[in-house]
Amino acid sequence: MTSTAMKKKVLLMGKSGSGKTSMRSIIFANYIARDTRRLGATIDVEHSHVRFLGNLVLNLWDCGGQDTFMENYFTSQRDNIFRNVEVLIYVFDVESRELEKDMHYYQSCLEAILQNSPDAKVFCLVHKMDLVQEDQRDLIFKEREDDLKRLSRPLECTCFRTSIWDETLYKAWSSIVYQLIPNVQQLETNLRNFAQIIEADEVLLFERATFLVISHYQCKEQRDAHRFEKISNIIKQFKLSCSKLAASFQSMEVRNSNFAAFIDVFTSNTYVMVIMSDPSIPSAATLINIRNARKHFEKLERVDGPKHSLHMRMR
Amino acid sequence: MSQGNKKCGEEEVEEDETLAMTGDDDDDDDDLDTFTDGDLDSGCEDGVLGCRDPFSSEVKPRILLMGLRRSGKSSIQKVVFHKMSPNETLFLESTNKICREDVSNSSFVHFQIWDFPGQIDFFDPTFDYEMIFRGTGALIFVIDSQDDYVEALSRLHLTVTRAYKVNPDINFEVFIHKVDGLSDDHKIEKQRDIQKRANDDLVDAALERIHLSFYLTSIYDHSIFEAFSKVVQKLIPELPTLENLLNIFITNSAIEKAFLFDVVSKIYIATDSSPVDMQTYELCCDMIDVVIDISCIYGVMGNEGGIPYDKESMAIIRLNSTSVMYLKEVTKFLALVCFLREESFERKGLIDYNFHCFRKAIQEVFEVRLKVLRSRKLLSHRRRSRQATPNGTPRVPS
Repeated sequence: MTSTAMKKKVLLMGKSGSGKTSMRSIIFANYIARDTRRLGATIDVEHSHVRFLGNLVLNLWDCGGQDTFMENYFTSQRDNIFRNVEVLIYVFDVESRELEKDMHYYQSCLEAILQNSPDAKVFCLVHKMDLVQEDQRDLIFKEREDDLKRLSRPLECTCFRTSIWDETLYKAWSSIVYQLIPNVQQLETNLRNFAQIIEADEVLLFERATFLVISHYQCKEQRDAHRFEKISNIIKQFKLSCSKLAASFQSMEVRNSNFAAFIDVFTSNTYVMVIMSDPSIPSAATLINIRNARKHFEKLERVDGPKHSLHMRMR
Repeated sequence: MSQGNKKCGEEEVEEDETLAMTGDDDDDDDDLDTFTDGDLDSGCEDGVLGCRDPFSSEVKPRILLMGLRRSGKSSIQKVVFHKMSPNETLFLESTNKICREDVSNSSFVHFQIWDFPGQIDFFDPTFDYEMIFRGTGALIFVIDSQDDYVEALSRLHLTVTRAYKVNPDINFEVFIHKVDGLSDDHKIEKQRDIQKRANDDLVDAALERIHLSFYLTSIYDHSIFEAFSKVVQKLIPELPTLENLLNIFITNSAIEKAFLFDVVSKIYIATDSSPVDMQTYELCCDMIDVVIDISCIYGVMGNEGGIPYDKESMAIIRLNSTSVMYLKEVTKFLALVCFLREESFERKGLIDYNFHCFRKAIQEVFEVRLKVLRSRKLLSHRRRSRQATPNGTPRVPS
């Protein structure tokens, strides 16, 4: 890895069969949900380096969840695994019959984290929610969330309910990745200026490969609070359908009498989505504005690079 | 007396017919009018009177979904017409009574889906299968390919022979369903086997003239939509006209392929004469999904129900392989989805003008249809009021 890249270590842990590798494959490796049936059990730890937003490298440690491995992690491999962790993601299978054991392992992880990486952020994913009857889902998730928050003290944990079959997966991972982006505030300020200049209702910035929402601006209340992850899901699914035809999608424009949406390549690492609610503004105008803004945002990305490498050398 | 009047009525209608396109037995409405269930009775009445008057049956063409218990009929209906995700169909409960679903309000295709519970007893006197089969345009029999299909085949035979006796014009379609778990070779083998057995049964009963069409389907991919598209296309009398219009449009606009889709169900009503590539069809279905999903999030004002698909709906998707997909609204229920090269798309103004002409032509096709149907309805009403018993009092329709 070049020295200009920032490496962040992300631990993905949980019992065997809880869905860690499937999640990782869908978000980072362009699997569709059905393809994950083919995945086998992860042996020991699978390391993958995922390049995110150009100069950010996510060092994913997908730790196999079988008992023998888990025991190993807390003993001989303890320091190796739990040191320098930025984010711990713990996955719980909602249908698990061994809740006690799950919680026991979780707590062991937390202890190790507290010792080795006390500043790490902890996320708990209650996964496979599609297997629960729809009317029970909120209730069951609330129960688990309360238990987990209680068990995690003094550490704070953020809980999400997820399933690989809908957009909840994207919501969780967007939030996780958002915590890792170094210059998020700056991005959001620039996005706001851009949106105001072109008179857009909403502007979303997506990471190019995963289509996770990394930044957004909205000028007024929108009806759907879950739209970010829905859009991620929709576009990602479409991208994958295109790849079946050996084509890849480049840009999109959708209109009806109430709105116009433009999705286009933005910088080398991002896609942008612009929503205009004044349909009288011709497409060409918005597209030119997006094109002109590109250069500005590209510069932003490049400026950050060297700054970070300086930071790393100083450490 | 009444018979004589009826003959007059028929002739009048025939004159009107020459101005319109050829009409025939199954009428389907267009989206400019809706007919009530009262029309169902007129069909029965003619049956009772003993003469098959082809112009008075204003019953919407019915598509019947039949098959053994647990073969997948309700799931098919939910996935195709109610946008249910295939995974959610696991939670559907067994149907225990005949469910008649009217998909006329949101779909161009005005038909009724009759979802029968698995075991229908034809000998049950309370079940008036004659009435049901009479107005049927197509009968889809669903066979679970993952199960033993001997019983399914005997039921298929029984159903088809019964239905044929009542209405020989029904299209018989067999869906060999749940093939998502099978390999390609396996699929072909199963289809061959089922086809052979079903046709042998018919030959044994001296009914070779009954034609069965077979389709391999699954709700987990696009095959169920493709199969439904073919079934529905057979029931649309205007199909050759629509195809012609599409051919003219794409030739003049340098478009490679165009489909006329029913937006809600993703069934395609018509396409141009070039061969249909399944993958292209799937990509178009996916495009419709994306457009509708995004429109649902951002394109709805206030608290309107239904899908936010309106007159101005349109979408352009550019693919890296220098192809462009273009979607335009044609009617309240129909959308045109085309594939063209990027160079051709540069002449967007010309394409839009051609599209404008095409759209007008499609609407004229439906207007003519409506005129024909309205005149038939009027005649049918007149006929009913003229029907009098010999002593002059008007007969009350039963």
